Amino acid sequence: MGINRWSALVLALCLLQGCGPGTEPSMPQSAAPAAPVAQPPAEPVEAPLAETPQTTPAPPSPHEVSILPGADAQTAIQEALILAKPGSVVQLEEGVYNLELGLSLDVEGVTIRGRGMDKTVLDFKQQVAGSEGLFVTSKNVALEDFAVVDTKGNGIKSQGSDNIVIRRVRAEWTGGPKETNGAYGIYPVSSANVLVEDCVAIGGSDSGIYVGQSRNVIVRRCRAEYNVAGIEIENCHGADVYECTATNNTGGILVFDLPDLPQQRGHDIRLLDNKVFANNTPNFAPKGNIVATVPTGTGVMVMANSNVEVFNNEIRDHDTANMLVVSYQSTLIEIKDPNYYPYAEAIHVHDNTFGACGAKPGGERGELIAALAGTPLPDIVWDGIVNQAKFVDAKLPPEAGLYIQNNADTQGEVTFVSLGGAAVLPDPTGAVVKRDLSEHSGALPALKPIEIPVTQ
Amino acid sequence: MIMATVVLQWFVLLAAFAGGTTEESPSTVRVDYEAPPLEWLSGYNLFSNPGIQEPNTGVIPYDLSALLFSDYATKHRFVWMPAGTSANYHEREVFDFPEGAVLIKSFGYPRDARFPDRGEQLIETRLLVRARSDWKMYPYVWNEDGTDARLALAGARVPVTWVDSGGTPHSFQYIVPNVNQCKHCHIGKGLPAPVGPKARYLNFDYSYPSGRDNQLAHWIKAGYLSGLDDPIQAMKSRRWDDPNAGTLEERARTYLDINCAHCHNPTGPAFTSGLDLSFDQAIPVRIGIFKAPVAAGRAASIGRYDIVPGRPDESILLYRLATTDPGVRMPTVGRGLVHDEGVALIREWIESMPMAPAQ
Repeated sequence: MGINRWSALVLALCLLQGCGPGTEPSMPQSAAPAAPVAQPPAEPVEAPLAETPQTTPAPPSPHEVSILPGADAQTAIQEALILAKPGSVVQLEEGVYNLELGLSLDVEGVTIRGRGMDKTVLDFKQQVAGSEGLFVTSKNVALEDFAVVDTKGNGIKSQGSDNIVIRRVRAEWTGGPKETNGAYGIYPVSSANVLVEDCVAIGGSDSGIYVGQSRNVIVRRCRAEYNVAGIEIENCHGADVYECTATNNTGGILVFDLPDLPQQRGHDIRLLDNKVFANNTPNFAPKGNIVATVPTGTGVMVMANSNVEVFNNEIRDHDTANMLVVSYQSTLIEIKDPNYYPYAEAIHVHDNTFGACGAKPGGERGELIAALAGTPLPDIVWDGIVNQAKFVDAKLPPEAGLYIQNNADTQGEVTFVSLGGAAVLPDPTGAVVKRDLSEHSGALPALKPIEIPVTQ
Repeated sequence: MIMATVVLQWFVLLAAFAGGTTEESPSTVRVDYEAPPLEWLSGYNLFSNPGIQEPNTGVIPYDLSALLFSDYATKHRFVWMPAGTSANYHEREVFDFPEGAVLIKSFGYPRDARFPDRGEQLIETRLLVRARSDWKMYPYVWNEDGTDARLALAGARVPVTWVDSGGTPHSFQYIVPNVNQCKHCHIGKGLPAPVGPKARYLNFDYSYPSGRDNQLAHWIKAGYLSGLDDPIQAMKSRRWDDPNAGTLEERARTYLDINCAHCHNPTGPAFTSGLDLSFDQAIPVRIGIFKAPVAAGRAASIGRYDIVPGRPDESILLYRLATTDPGVRMPTVGRGLVHDEGVALIREWIESMPMAPAQ
């Protein structure tokens, strides 16, 4: 066990007396999450690993508690998380930890660190309580270099946890995609300044990486596989997703906004430099979840958000479509929330490379689209539902439009269909289906990259 | 693990030296709300006879008219306040308690509910201590002979067996929540807070050793409550478990209020779900009627909405109350068993609503 008696004494004294400025032992730099760097240039970058920001190894510190796997690990980890002080590092040594209860952290400024996402494994196969593996409710927290596997509910959830950094963490259900898997692998919600980087999420019956109702979010260099939704940004204000790989999910990357929630009107979302391919795993979401409406074989799906920029991505090999742009009405779920804005507006899709798609549209929704548009479906499917209340001269004002320009397709032409608002027409078969991209030529101003301020 | 225990032992050892500053008298409660928690519950001197939960002077027992289900545990509740201080009355919310106030809640199981004289197995006692800016929450786990309880910040698991009033034996692993989990329920407006001591839940008669009295009136007389002249002015909740106490809807809404609304309210930890189960929420979709779930995960396997009128078996809310699956059950903390009576009530309520078309 890695903590010595002196460490324990200092910690105990701190707890008793409070560590004022005079008594505070010096804190290693790495105890605080490293300041995320600003987003890289818009050009596709194949960043060599050595150039990515790394934390410096932590020197031994009075604030570090080291824990080994074993029968007492459940209590040891939970005690350490409770007794932690701002600046503490809870070091989880290499090995498999068999845990029966969900863990929780509610102390600010704490780092939980393992020895690698394949070396320190928190295994929840025997879990009897806790709706997640790890639940964080404090700010300025860093979670690094461990895995959370086979939880009964979500893998890692953080709520109200501003300035959280989750890096090189794996959340996985090891039995493959199954409806009985937990919902979300990595699940920050209702937080400001969220950084998820170099993480892996596999098997979520809702989303691998899901950021909900948050502000100022970066998800980068992550891999999401065999989830229903690989990466989902939901009801967020300001998020960048870049250099991620989403494959073998039902849908690769989703940008959604849903009604009846405290934070709505998702906006200012950028998806860039991602590889989104072959997301054709049959939808295995429990039926009441919104992602159960995602057609199997969807690359990128944008629903009910404003100001979304999708560029420099590689999006290919999807059975339904490489990209869906829809309003919430197209779910055919009744909207009861008077404050909800269901439209997808100001969407800018440019400089992407599309590949094959549309040969086998999935699910009820895929079949509906195919009935209108025929197969194979094109690269980009737009439901064509617009807010007519905004019309000027029978058209949306330019700043609210859908723009598709300068994309490439390895199969030839970039293809497109507008379903003409069929989903909201009394007789959908009467919809005016258009394949012409000319109405969508043009551009919107580039959105600003997300920057996460240094707070500690 | 050993090292973490060392930390805790040091912590507790030093805490013990730091305590014991107040005047000694057999019946004097000793609470230093600025100090870390004591290792042993007996250090606070809350009980004259801990084994039968007989309180010391100034420690007043109370009960609530609507109970939060905790795996069929029996609960003993007490309140204590420093001399000369009182809680400020609030019409709807938890009273504003003075610094140093302590709420004490002990959990136990009757050895055999048919024979009360066989006593009960005490499991845990939770202290909620009103510190300067917030509430501190300390779980204590009783020793086997029920003579004292020891601080268990990380919680515990205790095997429990009991025989219910119908003579059926039960056994399971009772989970004592850790201090973080205490906060999962005990939180209001972002800060730790009690759940139960609200006027509407206290406003009924209790049998004190000195005789029956309305609890609010008793607190006023004891100097523990200010800002209310007469309990008749206070709200009064229905007893959800008494069919004569109110309509089915009133009783169901009371049940959801005490069991769920401490999280599921617009400022509670579950606000992100958009579900508000407060007793006075009037908008149907806010209490779940035709409300699509947000992050319900596997709970959404049985339906599309939290509540589908007339269709309890398609209602996610009921499904989450009726299961023990940790990834699905609600509440997420403090329940490992199904509350059959509560589930029956909510089922009856949903069944009673005008039947919606199949979803």
